[in-house]
Order: sequence, then C-alpha cells, then structure tokens
Amino acid sequence: MNPKHDLCWMIGGPQGTGVDSSATLFARSCAVAGYWIYGRREYHSNIKGEHSYFQVRINTRMVQCHIDPVHLLATFENSTAELHAFELVEDGAFIYDPKVTNPENLELPPNALKFPIAFDEILEEVSKTSGKSTTSLAIIKNTIAVSASLALCKIPFSAIEEALEGIFTGKKSKLVPLNVQAAKLGAEMIEAHPDFEKYQHVMAKPLDIPEKGSRYLLNGATATGLAKLKAGCRQQTYYSITPAVDECIYLEDLSSYGLPVIQCEDEIAAVNMAIGGGTTGMRASTSTSGPGFDLMTEGLGWAGINEVPVVVFNYMRGGPSTGLPTRHEQTDLLAGMFSGHGEYPRIVMAPGDAVEQFYDSFEAFNYADRYQTPVIFISDKLLANNTVCVPKIDDRDMKIDLGELAGTDATFDEDNPDLPAALAKFPRFAVTDSGISPRALPGMPGHIYWMTGDEHTEFGHITEEPEIRMAMHEKRMKKLDRAAEEIKPENQFVVHNPYNEADPEITIVSWGSTKGVILDAMKVLKEEHNLSINFLQIRLMSPFPDAGVAAVLKKAKQCIVVESSFGGQITQVIAMRTGIQLTHEVLKYTGRPISETELVAAVQDIKNNQTRKVVLSYGL
Amino acid sequence: MAFNPSLLKAPLKGKQLKSDVHSDWCPGCGDFGITNSIQQAIAALSLKPWETFLVSGVGCSGKVPHYVHTYGMHTLHGRSLAFATGAKLANPKLTVIAAGGDGDGYGIGAGHFVHAGRRNLDMTYVVFNNEVYGLTKGQASPTLKQGEQPKSLALPNPNSSINPIALALSCGYTFIARSYAFDAKHLKATLMKAIEHKGMALVDVLQPCPTYNNLHTKDYFAEMVDLGGTQVPRVYYLENDGYDGLVQDSEDIDEINTKKAQCFERAHRIEERVALGIYYQVKRPTLFDILQKNIPLLNDYAPVDLPYYDENMIATTDLTEAAASFTI
Repeated sequence: MNPKHDLCWMIGGPQGTGVDSSATLFARSCAVAGYWIYGRREYHSNIKGEHSYFQVRINTRMVQCHIDPVHLLATFENSTAELHAFELVEDGAFIYDPKVTNPENLELPPNALKFPIAFDEILEEVSKTSGKSTTSLAIIKNTIAVSASLALCKIPFSAIEEALEGIFTGKKSKLVPLNVQAAKLGAEMIEAHPDFEKYQHVMAKPLDIPEKGSRYLLNGATATGLAKLKAGCRQQTYYSITPAVDECIYLEDLSSYGLPVIQCEDEIAAVNMAIGGGTTGMRASTSTSGPGFDLMTEGLGWAGINEVPVVVFNYMRGGPSTGLPTRHEQTDLLAGMFSGHGEYPRIVMAPGDAVEQFYDSFEAFNYADRYQTPVIFISDKLLANNTVCVPKIDDRDMKIDLGELAGTDATFDEDNPDLPAALAKFPRFAVTDSGISPRALPGMPGHIYWMTGDEHTEFGHITEEPEIRMAMHEKRMKKLDRAAEEIKPENQFVVHNPYNEADPEITIVSWGSTKGVILDAMKVLKEEHNLSINFLQIRLMSPFPDAGVAAVLKKAKQCIVVESSFGGQITQVIAMRTGIQLTHEVLKYTGRPISETELVAAVQDIKNNQTRKVVLSYGL
Repeated sequence: MAFNPSLLKAPLKGKQLKSDVHSDWCPGCGDFGITNSIQQAIAALSLKPWETFLVSGVGCSGKVPHYVHTYGMHTLHGRSLAFATGAKLANPKLTVIAAGGDGDGYGIGAGHFVHAGRRNLDMTYVVFNNEVYGLTKGQASPTLKQGEQPKSLALPNPNSSINPIALALSCGYTFIARSYAFDAKHLKATLMKAIEHKGMALVDVLQPCPTYNNLHTKDYFAEMVDLGGTQVPRVYYLENDGYDGLVQDSEDIDEINTKKAQCFERAHRIEERVALGIYYQVKRPTLFDILQKNIPLLNDYAPVDLPYYDENMIATTDLTEAAASFTI
C-alpha cells in the first residue's frame, strides 16, 4: 500500500441533520492529527430537509480549494448515497447504513469498497450506557460516520477524541463521553470488516505535527469578524441575508469585545445607520449580500459626498434577484465598482482568501478613515462558508490610521465654556491640495458644521454655484489619486510566480476567491504537466491599478481569465481600464465553485485547442 | 425625568441658535415657526449646541439643520431616523433631534418610523405635517385625507390617510404629541418635553403650506367652530379637556392599556376641532439601556470612546478569545 498525500471525503444529508457538525468534526480531527484541510459547504435555501453536503479535502501540505473525485463517501441516510455515489473514484470507499441503503441500487464504481455500519446497534449501545433514548441520540450518527471514516484513512483515534473535546466545551462538555463511546464503536465496526485493509487511500503521515494552538480553521466570515474587532469597529449593522449573516452571528456572540451588532429593518437602514455612526468618528460597518447591497447604493453616495468613512462588506452569491441565494458567484464586481448615481471616490477591495480577508478587512477601516469615503469590500459565499486550515494569523503591530482629524482645544472648559469660541463654525469641507479636509466630529466645541447630500460649501451648506461645485467635486475625486499612490502595490495586485518562471507560457488573470483554486491548480499544472504559468491576482478594484495591470498583461504570452460568472466581469473591467481585451476565459455560473480538477483540465484545453471560452459545470 | 444632559450653566439665547444661512422657504410657511421653536427649545433647555445634532431628511423641511446653529445633517429622503439612530448609538452624549416632512417620515421613511419606535432610543422626531409634498409642487402626502383636493391636485386624493399618532402608539413610541407650527408657545413647550423625555419621542406638527395646501391654512386653524351650539376655537389643548396621556406607573399594565386605549380613541376621534398636546407618554428601557445589559463594556464607555489602540496607534484588541473556537 502506498499512503496518499491528498484525499477528498464527503458527507451529506438532509439539512438540519448535523451535516455541518460532522464535517466540522472530521476537519478538526484531521487538523488535530497534523493534516491541512479545506472544507467546502453546499446547502439549499431551506431550513430542514433539502440535500446539503460537505466536502473535506485532507492534505499533507496546505490546500486552498476542493477537488471533484471523492475518495471516501460517508452516508447515514439514502439521499446522499443516491446523489453522490457516481462521484466516487474507482478504488474509493462507501460507508452506509444497510438499514436504509442498498448499494446494489447505486451508481457506485464496480470496485468501490462498501462498508456497512450498523448505526442503530451503536446507538442502542450508547443508549444503554448514557440512559438517553436512541431517538435523542440520532445526531450521533454523524460522529459514528466520521469516526469510521477516520479509521479507514488510518488517522489515529486520539484525533477525534481531542477534536470532540475542542468542540464540546463548557456546558456541552458532558456530551464528550457518549460521543467518544459512539466513535469508538464506529471505528471498531469498520476495522472488523474483512475489506478494511483493502482501502488504498490511507493518509501518509503528516510531514510534521504543527504545534498545538498554532493554526486556525478559518473561513472568510470569521476572518472579517476578527478583523472588525481588531480594527475597533464599534457598530455592526445588518439585515439578515445569506451568507453575510454568519459574520454577524459570530460577532454578536462575542459580546465581551464591546461591539454592538444591530439588526435593522432593512439594508437601507443598515447602511444609513452605519454612516450615521461614522459621522461621530466611531468606526462602523455593515455586511450584506448582493440584494442588500443594491439597496445600499443611495446611502453610499451620501457618504461619498459627505466624506463619511463607512465600510460595506458584500458577500456575493448567485444573482440576479434572489438568484441562487446559498450558492457561489463572482458577479457583483461591476455593481461594487459602479452602482449608484453620480460620481464619488470609492475604494473597492477584493481579497483572495480568508487570510487576505482578515488583513484587508482591517485595512478597509484605515482606508475609510484616511480617505474619508466609503470602502466597498467584495467577498463571496465561497470565502464566507468554506473552511481553510491556516497558520494562526499574526495580528501584532497592526497600525490604526484615523486620517486627518481637527484638533480640539485642550484648554476648553466644559463647565464654563467661552461661548463665542465654542459656537465657532468649522470649514469641514475645506478645499485642500491633497483632497482631504481635516475632520471634526459632532460633540467637538468650536467646530460646528453641517452635512448635506446636496453639493455644499466648506461649512456644509447647500450651494449650486458652478465654481464651488467644481472645486468640491475635484477635491473629493482627487482622493482616488492619492489612494492609488499610497496603497501598497501588493495590496493593489500581485503576480504569483511560485516557480519563478522567467517567461511563462500562460498567465492566469483573476480576482477574489478563485485565488485558492488557481494556486492549487498551478501546482498540478507545473508538477504533473510541466506547464510554466503565473497568475495576476487583482486585489484593488478602485482605484484600479491601470498601469501595473497593463504592464503585466503586455508581457504575458497567453492570458486566461478565470471567474465565477457568465460575462467575465474582470475581462470587461480590464478592457475599460487598460484598453486590453483579453480573449480566453474559464467561466462557471452553476453556483458551485470551480474545482482544481476542472481548472487543470480547462487550462490545458485552452493551451492545446485555443478554446476561447471554457464553461465549467461540474458539481451538485 | 431621567434626562440628565450636561447643560450649559449660562442660558443661551434663541438667536444664538440661528445660523447665518438665509432660508429659502415660501413666505408664510409653517417651517419658519417650527424652526424658530426648535431654536427656542434648545436655548431654553441650555443644550450645548456642539453636543446637539439636528438630522433631517429631504424636502422643504430637510433644510432645517442649515438654519440652526448646531451640528447638522441633511440626509436622504426618508432616512433621517436611520442616520440619527446610528449617531445616537455611537455617541449617546449627543442630543439627537430628527426633523422632516410627513412625506419623508410617514411615506418613504415609514419603515424607519416604525422601527425607531421599537428601538426607543433617546431621540426626538419632529414631523412637519402639511399634507403635501411641497418641493415637488404639492402632491398628496400620506396624511392628506381621502377625497380631499388641495388646489395642487388634479383629482381628489384617492388614497386614505395614515394616522401618525395611532401609528406611533402601535410602534412603541414612548412620547407622542401633536402641536401646531404657529402656536409658538405650545410648540416650544412640547419640543422641550419631547427632548427631555428619555426615549423615542414623536412631535407631529400641523403646518400650513401657503403655496399648495389651500384647505388647511393659517386661517383654517384660527377659525372658530361649532361645538354643541357654542363657537369655540378650532385648536384646543388636550390637557384643558381633562385628558392626561402620561402613564404614572410604567410597571402597571392596566394603566398602560388604559392610556393606550385613550390615546387610540383620541387619535381617531372625528371632530371639527384639532387637539394639541401629549397623547401618550410612558417610561420604557431604551435600546441603549438593553445593549448595556448585554454588552458590559458599554457601561463604562460609549461606543465612540471605547479604546482600541495605543499611543503608537497599534491596535490593542486581543483576539485570543474570539479565535478560541477555531484554534487548533
């Protein structure tokens, strides 16, 4: 037997039966055992009953995307067996409950190994020990399926024990013993099966066991949540929407950090409350998805003309309209860059993975304050929901930038103020060479000013004078030039060239969450197909790094755009900003993310056949 | 009253609250009276103008903040309460007064109007109720009654009207009053009580639009009407009519229900006369009070003051606890 370095495990079931928990347990157990994991979550817009599934990829190196072939399919009910049996590799294994599933009825590969697990017998045993009814223990089937899977891959039993202790903490810790008992019985049952030693996809030993506490099982929603705490965000407003709500729930649970999470009547209220909060100098933000972002555009224009810092997080999902509410897509790029009437300077950021999402989210608040303007942060369902194992984030020496603030008078006597001085007006919107006017905040004596969505004077009063309009508009728009100069080049775009290719045959061009699958596919394309390849990842959409991107593209031999969309939005943006029309695209708009398997094949297709547009469609 | 603002020792004069911007409202507009009363109320309460934040929506009345010498924010159509809520939650020290028209508050902003009542933040909302959209040439606002036809309408109003007092009651406003733009004394006193009330206060101010509303004019409000054979002024005060809207014991469900029923009945009463005064007032925890219970740090710091960086501007928040559940 030749132990493997890469394995795809899948579990599924009706929503509400603990699929997420079992995947969390499996991923955590593998991580505890020293492996790196990538977890992909797929679910319907439904509370209970519809099919959901979770793929966990285990690897001895860090992995950042999913693959299509399934090496081990774990089920405890029939729908997953029926839907996913065909995805199993030739020598894969299938774990099932013989009471509900007959493997003869499935599209399993002929040589797949079949491991029946008597879930009910195990529940009976646990019921005897714990005194709980088998009905109330039904959720433990997840633990059994996970434990049998781990045993089959030869991952030590201690890993699931430790993972259970990590998941069931505090009041829930009393659930550990019965879960451990169920896990033990599940492992014993599969080990006793005559085919147990025939399974080929046992995991190679981890390359090294990372120190305990040195890694995170992170997703993008959590990464942004962490960053908001770090950045001193003190107001999170939201209206419930998938998948942005995960971030809000995470933050609301952390009440000791002092961040009020305010549920609003709609996204219009959410954005305008955040802007209202932002006028006071407090850092505020709101998180939403496409439909909610659409409702926020009028508010963002107001923040733009009034130079109020606010950060809006848009977790893209399948559109238009309600579209595919729980599925992945990258189709709000143009909305993020251009939505709304009129012109105002906006910073638009798009991180590529959960770690970037942490640092970019933190920086978004700095940009908002420094440039006194809305920052639109584009993430998506894939980043929000998929879990990646990463080294613990280094959050030391992270610098806060509040931008230019007007000073207060230290000699001011609150109790006996010099009234004329305290009532003095302040030219909040003073025209400056830099485009940035020092901010004063309501509450500051001697700095009274006004704000209005109308064009305004330096004190914030309405004007329609052409000269003032020009000066004010130019002053505001100038902030984009300054941002383009000041934002670090690596935060604008990155050319990934892991194999130091001098003159790569292929340059992949993309943005956002495709980063993971592109970097992983590049390894395969290089190591297995000897293709020389680099990757232009665009991270800042406004101000767009025109010159830098154009320079990279002009040097490239063959560009391939990769995006989860129908229309190739980044292709359009690049044409508009640089005049360069890219002609080859890999696109997917099924609502499912692009897999490494698909991308490796698509890049070869374009290289060998000059296919202009490869449309991907794999996955349920 | 629980209200305890950090007040000025020396009283302000109303004229110190006037900004140097000239208003562009039509001559005879009720907006003048309301703006003047807002200035008078702020002065009489000795609120610090730099800790007072006047927030408006869009429309003629949206310009109010520009004419008042406090911090001012002229926001989007219908959204003043959302902006005001964000500011008040951030910095509870600010006295936040939202102001806007009936179209702004009861029409496009109706959703925010409803939910501001639920939240019951310590704010005041002054609605300029003139039954028309003046700035766009006099279309019917949500308070114009069905079948009424001011001269600006081509046909009688096909929609029925909303009842702001009854709506506010349903939404959880804890101070609900009505006043009249040209009754300066009553309006100033009502605004003062509304600002002093710790909770979400609505002051619905009846206001003539001299340009488009030829039905409910200054003369209309000044007329005498027949009441059981005697001629009486059209405008009267609830308190002179034996009406008391104040809930004395906010723990007493029966008293609350009685006062609510009384308010609802009076809000819907069909009469020639127009009643001004406090329809309903009760004590109830504000959203911020509840947040303070849920989030202990907010008892020590307002959100705007909660520290998060050191003298070198390095972020100080320790993420260990936040990351504990997914640290491996």
